[in-house]
Order: sequence, then C-alpha cells, then structure tokens
Amino acid sequence: MENVLEVKNIEKYYGNKSNLTKAIDNISFNVRNGEFVGIMGASGSGKTTLLNCISTIDRATAGHIIINGEDITKLKGNKLNKFRREELGFIFQDFNLLDTLTAYENIALALTIQKVNAHEIDKRVKEIAEKLEISEIMNKYPYQVSGGQKQRIASARAIITNPKIVLADEPTGALDSKSARQLLGTFEYLNQKLNATILMVTHDAFTASYAHRIIFIKDGKIFNELVKGNDTRKQFFEKIIEVQTLLGGDLNDVI
Amino acid sequence: MLFKLSWNNMKKSFKDYAIYFLTLVLGVAIFYMFNSIDSQQAMLKISESTREIIKLMIAILGYVSVFVAVVLGLLIVYANNFLINRRKKEFGIYMTLGMGKRQISRIILLETILVGIISLIVGLVIGIFASQFMSILIAKMFEADMSEFRFVFSIDSCIKTCVYFAVMYVAVMLFNTYTISRYKLINLLNATKKNEKVKIKNPIISVLIFIIGAVILGIAYWKVTGDVHSLNTADKILPPILMGIVGTILIFWSLSGFVLKVVQSMKNTYLKGTNMFVLRQINNKINTTVASMSVICLMLFMTISILSVSLSLRESMQKELIDVTPVDLNLVKTANLPESYMKYGKEVKTTEVQRADSRITIQETLKNNGLDMNVLKDVIEIPIYASNSLTWEDFFGDKFEEVKAEFPGLAYDTAEEIVRISDYNKIAKLYGIEQYELKDDEYIMLCDFDNMENLRNMALVNGNTLEIAGKQYKSKYNECKSGFIMMSTSHTNTGIVLVPDTCNLTEDMREQQLLACNYNANTEEEKQEIEKLFSSGDSGFIQNLVNNGLDIDGMTKIALIEASVGVATIVTFIAIYLGVIFLIASAAILALKQLTESSDNKQRYTILRKIGCDEKMINKALFRQIAIFFVLPLILAVIHSIFGIQFAMTIMEGLANSEELLPSIIWTVVIIGAIYGAYFMATYLGSKNIIKEDE
Repeated sequence: MENVLEVKNIEKYYGNKSNLTKAIDNISFNVRNGEFVGIMGASGSGKTTLLNCISTIDRATAGHIIINGEDITKLKGNKLNKFRREELGFIFQDFNLLDTLTAYENIALALTIQKVNAHEIDKRVKEIAEKLEISEIMNKYPYQVSGGQKQRIASARAIITNPKIVLADEPTGALDSKSARQLLGTFEYLNQKLNATILMVTHDAFTASYAHRIIFIKDGKIFNELVKGNDTRKQFFEKIIEVQTLLGGDLNDVI
Repeated sequence: MLFKLSWNNMKKSFKDYAIYFLTLVLGVAIFYMFNSIDSQQAMLKISESTREIIKLMIAILGYVSVFVAVVLGLLIVYANNFLINRRKKEFGIYMTLGMGKRQISRIILLETILVGIISLIVGLVIGIFASQFMSILIAKMFEADMSEFRFVFSIDSCIKTCVYFAVMYVAVMLFNTYTISRYKLINLLNATKKNEKVKIKNPIISVLIFIIGAVILGIAYWKVTGDVHSLNTADKILPPILMGIVGTILIFWSLSGFVLKVVQSMKNTYLKGTNMFVLRQINNKINTTVASMSVICLMLFMTISILSVSLSLRESMQKELIDVTPVDLNLVKTANLPESYMKYGKEVKTTEVQRADSRITIQETLKNNGLDMNVLKDVIEIPIYASNSLTWEDFFGDKFEEVKAEFPGLAYDTAEEIVRISDYNKIAKLYGIEQYELKDDEYIMLCDFDNMENLRNMALVNGNTLEIAGKQYKSKYNECKSGFIMMSTSHTNTGIVLVPDTCNLTEDMREQQLLACNYNANTEEEKQEIEKLFSSGDSGFIQNLVNNGLDIDGMTKIALIEASVGVATIVTFIAIYLGVIFLIASAAILALKQLTESSDNKQRYTILRKIGCDEKMINKALFRQIAIFFVLPLILAVIHSIFGIQFAMTIMEGLANSEELLPSIIWTVVIIGAIYGAYFMATYLGSKNIIKEDE
C-alpha cells in the first residue's frame, strides 16, 4: 500500500544559540493508507510537537514531511491553510467545538468553509451522524452533551471532509474510561469501515492498544516501534506496558 | 519601580488603550474647540450687535460644557473600568507576589496620570489646529472678513479644558481605588475562567417579541406623524417616547433570534462559508448587549435628529427673516405717560419733559432731538390703543377656563393691542402684506405666532364678540388672519385687534406710537451710515435723547438680521457640540463592548483557525461580526430619525423648512460617518490584534 505520510529526518529546535532545546531530533517514519498508528511518549518527549509539525500548525526546523505526495514543509500561507482544510482532519483533547454552534452546525462548519454546496452538506452531515450514532443530539449545543458525545461530534467533524489523514491529539484525555472505550470503538469503525488513516498521539496504554502500530518517542527520538500483527488487543496492551516500563526510565535515572 | 511597571504596562496594553485614548483625545479636542470660540479670529472682526450674541453663545456653551463634562466623565469611568477588568488577572499576580492593594492602586494611579497627560497634550494640539478650521466656518456663518489668516491659541480655553479633565481624572482615580479595594484575590486569579454555558433564547418567543416590538414602534411612529394633531399638549408626547424606548429594547432583545430563525430557513445562505458562525456569534452576544445597544441606538437617534433639524432650522430661519423684516426701521414710543407708573414692581416717577414728549408724535421727537429727517423716507406713523377692559381673558370669553386649564402660564391680564383699520392698511401697504376691510360692527384678529394663533382660533371658531369702547363688535372671520405691525426675527405677532375707523377710541386709550420707515439711501454703505445714527451711542441724536431722559424703542432690519443669524448659529453650534459628544459616547461604549467580547472570542477564532480557516476568512468573519454590531443600532436609529425629524418639522412648522433638510442630512451623515467610522476601524483593528495574540 502507498504511503499517505512520510516523515523524513525532521528536527525541531526551540530557543536561541545560548539555550537550545531539541524538541525533535531526527525522526523518520511512514504511515500507509488505511493504517491506524499511535505515537506514545511521556510528557515532554516531543510527541505533541511532532503532531503539530505534521498538522502544519508548527513548522519543522529541518527535514521533510510528505503527505499524499506533497511536501508540506514547502507550503506557505493560504496554500497551507487550504491544505489543512482539505487534506487533514483534527481531533483534539479538549474537543475544540464551538460553544455557540449546535452539533450539526459544528460538523457542517468543516464543509461550509470548503464552500461545499448546502444540499450536499446537509446530506453528508446526516450521513456521518447516523454512522457515528449521534443523530439524536444533532440539535444540541456542546454544553448540553457528555464528553464522549462531544468527542464523537469532533470525530464526525474531522472525518466529514474525507481527509487523507486524521490527526488525533490525546483524544481520550478528557474522557472517563467508558466514554473513552466508546470513542475508540468509533475510531476502529472510522478506520475499518470508512478506511480512514489515523495518526493518534497518546500517553495512555489502553488507548494506544487500539492502534495497529505504535511508535514510542523519548527525548525527541524514536525509541521503539511495536506492531500489533496478529496479537489480540490484550496481548498488544501487555507489550505496550512492557515498553512503557522501559521507556519510563532505567535504574540509572533513579538516584 | 512602580513608574517603570506602569509605563511598561501602558506600552504593553496599548492595543487595549487605543479606544480609551481615542475617546480622551477626541473629548479634549472638542472641549477645547468649543470653549475657545470667543478668541477665534473671526469673532474679533464681527460687528458690535453680533458681539452681544456671541457673548450669549459663550455663556450657553459654558453651561453646556458642564453637561458635556459630566457625560465625558461617565464615559471615561466606564472605559477605564473596562481596562481594569481586563487586567484583573495581572493584579491578582501582583497580589500573590505580596503587593498590597494600596500599591496596586498607586500603579493604576500612575497609569491614569500618564494616559491623562498624554491624551490631554495630544487632544489640545488637535483641538488647537481644528479650531483654526472652525474659525473659518464661523467666519462664513457670520460673514466676517477672513482675508488675513492668523493662528489663534486660547489660553482660557486651554486652562478650562485642563481643569475639567483633571477633575474627571481624579474621579476616575477615586473610582479605581474603590474598585480595587473591593477585589478578592481568588476572584482576580480566576477572572479569565468563564462560564461556558450559553444562554439560548427560544426562537419562537424571539419571533413573537420581535413582532410585538415592531408593532409598538409602528404605533409610536404613527402617533408622531400620521396622528400628530392629537399630540396637542406636552404630556401627550410622553407615551410615544416610552413606546419608542420599549420598542427599541424589544427589537434588540429579539432581533438576533428572529434573524437567525429566518436565515436558518435559507439553507443556501446559512451553510455558506462562515455565515453560520457569524450569525451564532451575534446571537450569542446580543443577549448580553441588549441594554447598551438600545442606549446606543437612542443616542444615535438623538444625534441624527438634533444635527439635521438644527442645521435646517438655521437655514430656514434666515429665509423667514426676509418676510418679517420688510423695512429698515421700526420705532416705538410709549404715549401718555402718567406721573408715575409701576415697572418690575417699582414705582417710576416721570419728569415733565418725558410726559410732554409722550404726548407728541415720534416724528416730532426725532426733529426736536436733532435728527435730520431727510435720512428717512416712506415714513408712516400710527397710534396703537389698549384698554384694561379688553385683556386676553376678555378675548377668550367663555373659553377662558378651558384655555387656562391647558396653559396656566400665560399672562391673561395682558391688554389687547387695538389698531384702526386704515392705520393698519397704511403699514401693510408699506410692508407689502395683505390689507383688510371692515364693516362698522366687525373686528379682525391678526395673529401669526402659531401657538397663540391656535389658542385664539379656539375662541374664534364659533364667532366671537368683543366690547370695545362701549360698543359690541363681532369677528369678521372665524379664525385669525395673518399680519403684523412690528418687525421681529420670525412670525411672533401674538395678537392685534383691527377695528373700524368709526370705533370710539379715546385719547386716553392711546398706548403707543409706532413709526415705520426706510432709510433714504441707495447703497449698503449709506444704509450702514444711517444705521449708526440709531444704533451707535455716540450719535448726536442718541446723545440728545439721553440728555433729555427720553426713551424710544426701536428695531432695525440690520440688527434683526444679525441677531437672527446669531441665534441660528448658537443653535447650530450647540447642536453640533452635543451631537458630536453623544456620538463619541455611543461609539466608544460600542467599541469597548466589542473589545471585551473579542477577548472572550479569542478561543473561538482559534478553533476556526485549527479546523483550517485561513486568516482571510477569519478576518472577514470578525469584520462582519463587528460591522453588524455597529450597523444595527445605526439602522434602527436612522429609521427612528426619519419619523423623529418629521415630527420635529411638524411642531416647528414655520421655523424649520423641510426643503432645507437634504443638505443638513448630508452634513450629518458626513459627521457621523467620520466619527463612527473611526471607532469602527479602531475596534476592528483592536479585535484583530486580540484574536491574533497567540502567534
């Protein structure tokens, strides 16, 4: 299968000459079409910076990020916005739903700013709402629904534009475990039935266990990579925990 | 240390201060301009009689300035309060660092002083330059010679401006200290956390309320235009005003819900670009701004109406003047002076010379006091009679109680002026106005002062009979006729009874002599020369009169015109002054409200950016959002004004002329457009900066 995302030797520095921080230090990896990839790491490991670089919110200091054959590190200004609008879908930890808009309108907004015609918007919003089982709350405002429902609305908004890749940043971070499980079920559905490519950043092993492949990051470098293969989710989860224990630091770190 | 903190704070929050600063600067500049009128160069060149008017104008402007200072003071306190609220968190941090409330107050005090001094200086500089332009404007109004231009600076006005604004700043400081003293640390630190719950109004109720509001406004509009004749007393105007206010509030309360409902039903428009977002933004916030939007709308309404009406009033006053000043000179002298009479509650004794003079004609008095009668031509002199047995009360007859109940303030014991028909016709012929005829048992009531005319018509409508000099006379017409015998600045004849020549008017009833004439001159310069004989204190004729203790009242066409232009100019100046201040106040409130909300909106715009809106779309959404907030009150205010101005035109019928309205309206649009537009742009740019801050 072709690569949807190719990350080539990217680096990201913060600060100035006297006090330089390497947030990302030479990371390379690929994501194939239809894959569900997790990125794990402790806080401060650089995983969010990596996601920001991929999502064009931040700019890498060096290296190339190629999404669907286009080098986004070379895009600028409006082209970048257009790219973000049309090729990427986002799911955030804190939902980022507009509190003034209803669920329906929040989802539709992703299409209206792409200038899709009204009839088509209506059809597509209803269709996705049905698939994600949020049809009954379409006319409710974000403050009227639960966290899990909010995140499903956000997922619907991310997927409705048929993006090349969906980028999810700690999507279960603000959810209780039941809602989290439901949401991850939704992600599986998006991935398997709607063939969405998902790149998810998380520090939670359970959330990560839903992915097919996990890239571990530590201090801005790739530390390990796990592939689910034919394992059950339980086996995969145990492997993740093992890596996490390693990742958590070795004995030398404990004084 | 504190100074450094204040200074840096100010530099840092300059974006927030922009509106505050703009308001202060405009306030100072306008205050200076209008208070420096007396030292304007144009004023120095204006003739004597106009000077008096300017003194009056300066006095009125002085009082108005106090009112303006109060309005500006309140506005400054409000604007300042906005800034303090935005910085709650900053103060909270100072307090956690151990700074006392007193020190925080001192920081703010320093900031207020800094902003105050800078804005005062900038405002004064702008005011000084702007007043030079105003000088040219005044020169045009008073037709003064401005061939040599000289730069003028008014120290008095400068000091006055500084003192007034210093007082305002002190008020602000006291207010701030009070506000700070009431803060609790926990609230300061949590100030930025806001309640996420959005109050949404039921759309059906919104639609209903909107319709009710529109109907109420409709009725109010109809009352002041179509049904205006039923508003014959002052207290009846109150209900339409209240209805206007209530209607305005209801409209703003429901407008966004109503519009949202309508646009939502048009899917193609609603689901296009950021339309949905902008509409929801407005719907969300208009709920919290109903009160201020309504106040702003009403203020704008007042500004538009005051400016348009007063500008057109000035124009038409000048036109009417030509009708009411048909000759160059009117002189009036009291006849048959008694040995003593009461004046303002004091007994005045008359001299032998005065009593003798009061028995001869004006022409003889003029000759006796050394006036060359050749300077006058077309001379006509008539006697005016009056009697205590015919007062206004007697005129109203059976209607008196009814009239008095409605207008208790009128001097009903005033004696009616009586003139013989042939005498009147002589004057009317000279003035070029309508002449009348009478049978032996008829009289005519002449009156052209609108309010008085309406009152008198109440008595005349069913025929009216008067007893004059022992004989009954009935009114020839069942209404007042137009006409006058004395010149004035407008139609102000409150009533003259014309009687047949056969009427037995006795010598003891002769109250006054009236002389009307033209100057025997061909050019303006010659006329001015003759005018001086009557108006200047140094003229030999006036000196003689004074020496003999004699008194002749008079009116000259030239003086009347100058006075009238003066009155019109006072009206215009004060209207512009108040109008502009109201405008600044409402625009500033609107701008500050928008800026407060923009900081709440920052997060929403960040979300838009995250889901892929480019800056262009975001700026467009922001622009439309702010534009709608500025335009909505303006639109309703314009609609109000259309009816308000018509109403003003109706009640000032004869004073203001609707044909003069168009240029006034154009001027009003220019003034409002410039100031309102400046605030709009400042708000838009400020908001743009606020929502950008992160990057």
